[in-house]
Amino acid sequence: MEFLSPPPPPIRRLPLEDPPAATEALPLPAPNGNGHAAPGRSGFTAAKRSISAPQFSIRRMEIDKVSVFYGAKEAVKSVSLPVRQGEVLSLIGPSGCGKTTLLRSLNRLTELTSQARLTGRILLDDVDIHQIEPTLLRRRVTMVFQQPNPFPMSVFDNIAYVIREQGSRRMRKKALEPAVHSALDRAGLFEEVKDDLDHPALKLSGGQQQRLCIARALAAEPEVLLLDEPCSALDPKSTQVIEDLIVKLRDDVAVVIVTHNLQQAYRIADHVAFMYLGDLVEYNSATTLFGSPREQRTREYVSGAFG
Amino acid sequence: MEGSVTIPPVPKPVAAPPGSGGSKGAVEGSATWRLADRIGLAICWGLGLLFCALAVAIVLYLLVQGVKYLRPEMLTTPAAAGFTQAESGGFSDALIGTLIVAVMGISLALPLGVATAVWLVEYGRPVALARITESTIEAIAGIPSIVLALFGTVIFSSTALSFLSRSSEGVVFGRSFFAASAMLSLVALPLIVASTREGLNAIPRHVREASYAVGKTKAATTRRILLPTAKPQIATGAMLGLGRIIGDTAIIVVLLGATQNFAPVEDAVFPFNYLRGAGTTLTNFVYEASPTGNLNQPEKAYAAAFVLLLMVLALNAAVDIVHRRARKVGTWSS
Repeated sequence: MEFLSPPPPPIRRLPLEDPPAATEALPLPAPNGNGHAAPGRSGFTAAKRSISAPQFSIRRMEIDKVSVFYGAKEAVKSVSLPVRQGEVLSLIGPSGCGKTTLLRSLNRLTELTSQARLTGRILLDDVDIHQIEPTLLRRRVTMVFQQPNPFPMSVFDNIAYVIREQGSRRMRKKALEPAVHSALDRAGLFEEVKDDLDHPALKLSGGQQQRLCIARALAAEPEVLLLDEPCSALDPKSTQVIEDLIVKLRDDVAVVIVTHNLQQAYRIADHVAFMYLGDLVEYNSATTLFGSPREQRTREYVSGAFG
Repeated sequence: MEGSVTIPPVPKPVAAPPGSGGSKGAVEGSATWRLADRIGLAICWGLGLLFCALAVAIVLYLLVQGVKYLRPEMLTTPAAAGFTQAESGGFSDALIGTLIVAVMGISLALPLGVATAVWLVEYGRPVALARITESTIEAIAGIPSIVLALFGTVIFSSTALSFLSRSSEGVVFGRSFFAASAMLSLVALPLIVASTREGLNAIPRHVREASYAVGKTKAATTRRILLPTAKPQIATGAMLGLGRIIGDTAIIVVLLGATQNFAPVEDAVFPFNYLRGAGTTLTNFVYEASPTGNLNQPEKAYAAAFVLLLMVLALNAAVDIVHRRARKVGTWSS
């Protein structure tokens, strides 16, 4: 979560179309990793954040006045947001603000909690996700979790399990090889593990395990990739590798990432949604949200006044 | 996060028994402890050593007796009526009987137990029914096997189940390998349910969700992820259950007829003629051959007990192997 050493440099992004005119007169210091303003570290400001507008963006999902209740408790309060392919959307906010709940409702994982109830609509390519059979939906909207959680089988089988039909062992290893290799390759893991595909996945390093989980999520050929604090259990080096990967992936899949790490949101997100106590306080481009937030509460949160 | 916290040095575990002086160098010894604590530690040591000694004594004694009295031909000749040790044969029927009840009992108990545990852990709805199931299984675990055996005689003597045992002129004998194995499976069932549940509960929730999150059904997740992961615990439960099955005597005496030899029925084909008939197992043979039993030939009791012990030790070794294999696959960091 927090970096002890100086944080890794921001990911190199495509050159700015619009030079950071809007961000030159920043009213706030940039956030540092633990959500507190870092006085005297103004070197890490928007000037270094050479964030580019995405090359393109297509709306894939539409969250429309979604509320999620756990029993009587309203965890998410009438949130509306677009999810676009070509960009990274980051959900930030203090613990318990409903960002993970919102993320999990995008592929109907909230339904696994018995008391959870959802109102409002979530559209995937203009179809209400509650009209889609959950297993089909979850192949189109896959998820990576906070803890690296490869299945206790070989690296190869972890990916093959996803590609195969439900529970089946059909399809020989040979037939699956291209798809498995390509998924590992997209997650930037293939070169590291190509000789150890038969090794147990749980013997990989933490960062490799998490990239295997990303590869597993990509093997289903999803349209939307959900990431729930994917780097919080990893060291800075692995974090950087995964951040690079996420930015690379945004052109192929719509990426939604929940993060506690403001700096991470700042580095990789194109749009940021700040949630507080279930409310969507502010949704804006990352530059604006961190540079000149519209709302007072956002300003306080990104400057480390609370959280 | 990590690295910023300085972990205080953990003292090495106390390895020195009381009175040995203890504190060498920086290792903490018990010499400086309060008297009460030192006495407590001494008692722990004493009891630990006592039980080790007890186990070693039993195994060694049986080993010596077994090697002394066991003859290979005992494993291949059935018991026979005779006035001398040389005429009374061996215990091949009992050995085969043990194998039969073990195989039949566990093949009933394992699928039932695993399925029950999967239902309890993964589904468990309605909650009230799950609670009732849990208490029922706990109750079965607490019932002495002799009570189960009595209950079994009631069930298996019913006319509807006459095809499972010997019957003549409308009277159902109710004692057979089928009857005994069915009741013995109840002895093993709670152990299998408990250890399978333990194995399933040890799998973090996010691992299940990771499988659902790539579009897998609950059934596929259970079959391909959860059960393979819980395999070591399931194996432990199965081995413990097997141990209980082959070690049980009450059910054998009451429900297997406890004859000295196989007593196959006439009106059935192999192997059903044997399975519907009465028989015996090693535990029953040991009991009968001991000085309290009808055979009163303790040498053969030792020999049979030794074979029984070897079977149990083999089961323990098998559990060990399964666990060692599982360790190679690794587990999730918490």
